[in-house]
Amino acid sequence: MASLKDISTKIGGVKKTSQITKAMNMVSAAKLRGAQQKMENFHPYAEKFNATMANLSSGATGDYPLMEVRDVKTVEIVVVTSDRGLCGSFNANIISMAEKLARKYEAEGKKVSFVCVGKKGSNYFRKRGLVRKAYRDIMGTFQMFNAREIAQDIALNFEASEADEVKVIYGHFHSVARQLPTTIHLLPVKPVESEAGVDVAGQVADYIYEPSADEIMDVLLPLYMNVMIYNSMLQIGASEHAARMTAMDNATNACNDIVKELTMIFNKARQAAITGDLMDIVGGAEALKG
Amino acid sequence: MAETIELEVVTPSGPVVSENVDIVTAPGYGGVFGVLANHAPFLSTIKIGELSYKKEGKEYYLMVSGGFCEVSNNKITFIVESCEKGSGIDIDRALRAKERAEKRLAQAKGHQEKINEARAQAALQRALARVQVAEKKGN
Repeated sequence: MASLKDISTKIGGVKKTSQITKAMNMVSAAKLRGAQQKMENFHPYAEKFNATMANLSSGATGDYPLMEVRDVKTVEIVVVTSDRGLCGSFNANIISMAEKLARKYEAEGKKVSFVCVGKKGSNYFRKRGLVRKAYRDIMGTFQMFNAREIAQDIALNFEASEADEVKVIYGHFHSVARQLPTTIHLLPVKPVESEAGVDVAGQVADYIYEPSADEIMDVLLPLYMNVMIYNSMLQIGASEHAARMTAMDNATNACNDIVKELTMIFNKARQAAITGDLMDIVGGAEALKG
Repeated sequence: MAETIELEVVTPSGPVVSENVDIVTAPGYGGVFGVLANHAPFLSTIKIGELSYKKEGKEYYLMVSGGFCEVSNNKITFIVESCEKGSGIDIDRALRAKERAEKRLAQAKGHQEKINEARAQAALQRALARVQVAEKKGN
């Protein structure tokens, strides 16, 4: 049995750990608010963007390099993860989903390459040696231009026929308690079939385009990729903090449980020691009497 | 009061303007264009430059960088990468940025690197637009 001192040291240590996890929980809660704000700010932009894109695609008819549907030989998977760990199974879930998808494609005889955004994913996939490009340490302070850089790179790769299909996997932020790994289709861009386009069809045809609808589309498609990538980065940002909050809350609870258990053992050991001491004293006194 | 048109400017970091205005002037693909109330449906790309609008006799200036704009149902929506109000622009900073961009442009031309040149060019345009807007702010 551990000595009293050992146990009390251990209790002290666990208590310190619980202080840290509690602090991390609170930090994550504060950061989550910031990340959610960012997401909310971005929402109107994305919404307007998609509406315009829907209107435009009803007017444009040309073929665009980013919409070209080819025989799929190589699939590129963009894995968006967080840069830091300590957020439960959040990153592991995304990675395993990417892994599963990659296996599925490989089983179909397609080649798979990865673009990793965020350190956790790139650390994992680097071992498999399939990473084409990794963006690390940008999740903390990412801006629109980071997304643009990534989108540009993916677009170039697609246009050069290095990849025939591009998928994005990220952790979708449903709520503070729920973040799910999600796969979305990025390239080739599918034509938007909007409900809005159907019921105002007559009006859509009247648009004046400057320059032509096709030329606007050429500008718009790369932007569309920016929007998608930026959105997935925002979602990851918020999801990461939410996941960390939950994980740290669990850790704090576990610490408290351990402290309780250890205190129980400590008290039992103390009691046993006292009983032993008393027995000695009583025994000594009895012996003196004799 | 004459009829108004609803102006909305949205950027990835949030909506900037949302109000009813008399006239909007913006730097479009083929040059600066103006939009009044009840304009026909219209879609254009937007260059880096100065966006101005008039409301109740007062003119307001904004600096916008690339994106596009849509007019429909008496509503004009700008979907741009960034937008700054004239009063929020630090003119000294913009001037410094302009000098920096000019220097970089000169360097890039020597190296024949297309990307650097394009970047410097864009930075220069942004800086120029900022200076232009900041000088006019007047509100």
